[in-house]
Amino acid sequence: MSQSGRALPRWADIGLLPLINVALAVMVAGLIVLAIGESPWKAVRIMIAGALGSPEGIGYTLYYSMNFVFTGLAVAVAFHAGLFNIGGEGQAYIGGLGVGLAMLAFDGELPFVLLLPIGLVVSMAFGAAWAFIPAYLQAHRGSHIVITTIMFNFIAAAVMVYLLVNVFTAPGSMTPESRKFLEAAHLPMVHELMAKLGIKMPFTPLNISLFVALLACFGVWGFLWHTPWGYELRTVGYSEKAAIYAGMRPKRVVVAALCLSGALAGLVGLNEIMGVHHRIFLNFVAGAGFTGIAVALMGRNHPFGIVLASLLFGVIQQGGAELSFDIPSITREMVVVIQGLMILFSGALAHLARPFLEAVFALRREAVA
Amino acid sequence: MIDAFTLLLLTVDATLRVATPLILCAMAGLFSERSGVIDIGLEGKMLIAAFAAAAAAAVSGSAWVALGAAILASCAFALVHGFACISQRGDQVVSGVAINILASGLTIVMGVAWFQRGGQTPPLAPEARFMPIDLPGAKAAFDFPVLGPIYQEVVSGHNLLVYLALATVPLTHWIVFGTRFGLRLRAVGESPQAADTAGISVAWLRYRAVLICGVLAGIAGAYLSIAQNAAFSREMSAGQGYIALAAMIFGKWRPWPAFGACLLFGALDAVAIRLQGVKFEGFGEVPVQFIQALPYVLTVILLAGFIGKAIAPKAIGVPYLKDRT
Repeated sequence: MSQSGRALPRWADIGLLPLINVALAVMVAGLIVLAIGESPWKAVRIMIAGALGSPEGIGYTLYYSMNFVFTGLAVAVAFHAGLFNIGGEGQAYIGGLGVGLAMLAFDGELPFVLLLPIGLVVSMAFGAAWAFIPAYLQAHRGSHIVITTIMFNFIAAAVMVYLLVNVFTAPGSMTPESRKFLEAAHLPMVHELMAKLGIKMPFTPLNISLFVALLACFGVWGFLWHTPWGYELRTVGYSEKAAIYAGMRPKRVVVAALCLSGALAGLVGLNEIMGVHHRIFLNFVAGAGFTGIAVALMGRNHPFGIVLASLLFGVIQQGGAELSFDIPSITREMVVVIQGLMILFSGALAHLARPFLEAVFALRREAVA
Repeated sequence: MIDAFTLLLLTVDATLRVATPLILCAMAGLFSERSGVIDIGLEGKMLIAAFAAAAAAAVSGSAWVALGAAILASCAFALVHGFACISQRGDQVVSGVAINILASGLTIVMGVAWFQRGGQTPPLAPEARFMPIDLPGAKAAFDFPVLGPIYQEVVSGHNLLVYLALATVPLTHWIVFGTRFGLRLRAVGESPQAADTAGISVAWLRYRAVLICGVLAGIAGAYLSIAQNAAFSREMSAGQGYIALAAMIFGKWRPWPAFGACLLFGALDAVAIRLQGVKFEGFGEVPVQFIQALPYVLTVILLAGFIGKAIAPKAIGVPYLKDRT
């Protein structure tokens, strides 16, 4: 969206501009901390130390990052097809429902080696199914994907409350959650695996979803840029008319792209339900679907960028928890504020610093010439 | 056992109370979207306004100061949205998402920092709130058959903001379809190039639309925390901004149909509360969640073109670039 001929060098566009956007968001967050009457410097130090200063902190940071990788990839895949999937929250929620249902049904009968692929497939299938209806309506009935996916987030929430309160809650229990899965349905934790290799690590919720996330990144990268289907998807996103001219079928591509997007979001369920909590409960997605939007924007819809952005948001999530622990006047929701600011500055206001940067580079070119 | 007539009156009365923030927000969204700016940030604006109102009321003790603070807070967010969407030509949906998330976090962070009540604001005295008003003759009219109870239960006894919300509907209709500003508003939302050629500043008009949206969403927020309730509690907007958005779409971007949708969604909510735990012969209990999800389901069905066709303003979501160089 560069308005003039004074385009930025590529490295500045991809590397510098996003950094400036993050810096702006952090600065505004700092002002809010200042307004509360605390020191922003101290807050930043606590957050970084809490997220990266200990093996335990790093484990938690990575665990949070996994959710953001999944939802970030989900948003990015839809973006490449020219669609805005704002329904990652609901798709992840229903993905988790799928995992939970499968584990509640089979955890006493099947061994882990079978339950793992079942969990993988079911979480993705449920997420994809929840994206399918908005996708179909977008492709064939012309309803706007943003509005339908927002509505589906709320419908998912209502469905989950109903199921948890009326179906899953054990008789006599007051908390709306399912029973705990048996041992066979627990994903191995990374610290357990490390212990087997003789490396001692403290307990963290980081589980083998880590490898699923890495595979998903490579998979999405390969799919989008190295397969004919990915080429079709990106063509439809770039120009639907061109896609039709090239003999592609945009309606099918739209439905497929959104289902893939939903499937990726559904993997959050794998990490949370099968990996950490081993039961279905309310609101386990906790905004990861929305954070995915920020992650995709910041990572420029590329898997490598998404990994970096996910790590940043993982640091913020884990650091924010430590922050509220050390400075009681700053609540955990400071994390939500920072996320909102990041979405604002690296999404809607992404080009705020561009005219300024362009002027700087134009000056430099003149100086050289 | 109350008779069916009284039950009906009570339900209509409750519907009005529940529908008030929806009506205000739906009209707010209508102004913004008619000018071509998508507004999924109604929820956030209402939430920050609710917090500002409760905080200002707790400090100043005046409902009017609180209402002013609510409108200011909501307009500040509306301006951020406007700046991002109009001046920066950023993505309007992304901006709206950012505003919702920001409001959700900021209200709790500020609430805890200022009032140390876990995100709540202190309970408000009646003077600091908008309290129910008894219209003249409400008590005396009660003995009058049929009309008397209707007047007393449904028409009288609401707070000022309920009446204000009801007044915004004809007012919005008149502004959008009966004034020069309204004509230009719609022109900018349908075909900004044409409006620009006719000498209308697209940006200035959209900024005004976004600000009107801010004012109305601000009143809706104030209603939540200082009229309907006596304090702010975290996430108190609870998705009502999205329901209002759905109602506006359900009303096909027109004030009266949108008002109808707000009443319908409000009635669903009022009925859901009343039906909680009620068992029907041979059918069992109606799940509350089902009724709560109904507005969203209905909107999806509408958007899919199964109940008429909802056509958005043509230029919606498209930033306007004046000079193409």
